[in-house]
Amino acid sequence: MFHRESGVFKTTYRADMALYPLPIAKWTVMALALIFVVIVPLTVHEYYLSILNLIFIAIVGALGLNILVGYTGQISIGHAAFMSVGAYTAANLAVRLDLPFWITLPAGGLMAAAIGVIVGMPSLRIKGLYLAIATLAGQLIIEWTINHVPAISGGAQASIQVDRPSLFGFSFNTQGSLYFFLLFFAVLAIVGTLNLVRSRIGRAFVAVRDQDIAAEIIGIDIYRYKLLAFAISSFYAGVCGVLYTYYFGIANYEQFQLIVSIDYLAMIIIGGLGSVLGSILGAVFVTLLPIVIRILMEDVGALFFTSAEMANVISGLRLGVFGGLIIFFLIVEPEGLNRLWRNIRSYFRVWPFSY
Amino acid sequence: MSEDLDFLFALLLNGVSIGLMYSLIALGFVLVYKATDAINFAQGEFVMLAGLIVAMMLSIEGMPLAVAVAVTLAVMIGFGFGLERVVLRPLLGRPVVAVIMATIGLAAVLRGLGPVIFGSETRAVSLPIGDEPIVLGPASLPPIQVAGAIVAIVFFLVFSWFFKKSRMGVAMRAVADNQQVAQAMGINVERYFALAWAMAGVVSALGGIVWGSMLGVDVHLALVGLKVFPVVILGGLDSIGGALVGGLIIGIVESLAAGYLDPYVGGGTKDFAPYVLMILVLMIRPYGIFGKRKIERV
Repeated sequence: MFHRESGVFKTTYRADMALYPLPIAKWTVMALALIFVVIVPLTVHEYYLSILNLIFIAIVGALGLNILVGYTGQISIGHAAFMSVGAYTAANLAVRLDLPFWITLPAGGLMAAAIGVIVGMPSLRIKGLYLAIATLAGQLIIEWTINHVPAISGGAQASIQVDRPSLFGFSFNTQGSLYFFLLFFAVLAIVGTLNLVRSRIGRAFVAVRDQDIAAEIIGIDIYRYKLLAFAISSFYAGVCGVLYTYYFGIANYEQFQLIVSIDYLAMIIIGGLGSVLGSILGAVFVTLLPIVIRILMEDVGALFFTSAEMANVISGLRLGVFGGLIIFFLIVEPEGLNRLWRNIRSYFRVWPFSY
Repeated sequence: MSEDLDFLFALLLNGVSIGLMYSLIALGFVLVYKATDAINFAQGEFVMLAGLIVAMMLSIEGMPLAVAVAVTLAVMIGFGFGLERVVLRPLLGRPVVAVIMATIGLAAVLRGLGPVIFGSETRAVSLPIGDEPIVLGPASLPPIQVAGAIVAIVFFLVFSWFFKKSRMGVAMRAVADNQQVAQAMGINVERYFALAWAMAGVVSALGGIVWGSMLGVDVHLALVGLKVFPVVILGGLDSIGGALVGGLIIGIVESLAAGYLDPYVGGGTKDFAPYVLMILVLMIRPYGIFGKRKIERV
């Protein structure tokens, strides 16, 4: 029941594609569910819950970006802009039409998907560098539009205040209740992605990434699947933006600038391209890193910097460390934390008889 | 009527001088792409780094400008060589997306650590050229723009000569054209890769000095790099002449947009119009005006 296999003994494709490859996977999921649904919210302090909440939101966005970059091999430097599209769509719907979150959330996602498909259009003709630049242009144009059109951005400081989500009269207005709200969507995103990548669509994505001409020859309509990847990925990004909006109670374009796109790229590179677990690990890592840096700097940095400089130093260090980690992982371990985790696991799989 | 024409002339003049300064930075991007097929998303950050170094040198009491410029050039050349060795060489033969993401990471490192090391306040780079506007007919230009334009033109001439006539330039073109054949002819390909990055360092150093003295040096100087992409897409990624023409077009478009559209939409079209133009070019003619047509279609 709690064993792992010592090698690959799968004889059917069905077994290879199973969501729970071994009984232990079911037990792991049950244990994780117990921990996150019962134990954590009962025992953990509100401050740590707020960090977990940010991680849940980041997981949704990272999974979306990983579907596009990791699985389909199309680069996007404009993901933060798709998040802002989702955020402002939901905020406008919630404030002007007073719609509940279960309408604004998918609406924000769908709007982001529509914009994502438009930005992804050039991928039909160009790839690699050109696509990167086209998505960069998409990011800057969307950012500029939101900032300069008061009908979208709500005028003053381009930000819209939103009430916290509520369901059947219950309002998610504390960290504890938002925890369950965000956990639900993070789990939904994880399960959705796991199922997507083992389906026909997910396999088509991987085929397009690995060798697009070969994929076309075996009958995959690569235009359709590329646009589909952009749509799904932007949908996730839009939902991620809506979650940010509800979490902070405000939609503000400054949360979705070019630097955020780089944060999310860092997540999936550090975590592992083309892997669900990698997206989760990357989201956790990138969310925790600035907090660790801040704590370290508050203790050590006071020796070198005045407190006035500290805010600048912390944000600078954070960006610098992200950049350094992106380069480090690309050169040393292109498959990211996910690969390290797999290495550890396969070492212990036949431990202590490793021959 | 003539007032309108004067306004147009002033905008065009401003656009041409700014455009030449854009081409100077774009040149760094083109040099690297031409020789190594690597895409440098950190070009703006190179410029920022050079600006930070020259501003720091000049802030030392009694430092002559020539020494400050020489030190900046030397540091940027060393930076280019080192970068190629540490970051780019291990990524040789990896997918193009990996190189793009590595330079994005590099941009983040420079933008993040630059202000931590050099301080985050805006510094001035004062060049001994005065600030009396230079009057040309009905329009006038600040002298720094004129100086920047002249530096850009000189460098374009130098680099055209370098690639057409000098032994190293010809070898570099050979490397760009076909690495394997170049290697078979006895060219040390890796050395020329490093040289290309060092040349990007030189161009960025000049860009940093010129742009730094125009805008002041702080982390926002790196935003100049965002204009590199419209310029090189328009001109063609691997064409030196394309960088020049692309820079001129982007400079003029930007200046005209700022002059004629800003009053209607409340500002900011300057940062917006070049990208719209670039998207159009990407859809119609992705290899640019002068680029080679070898674009990977899918």
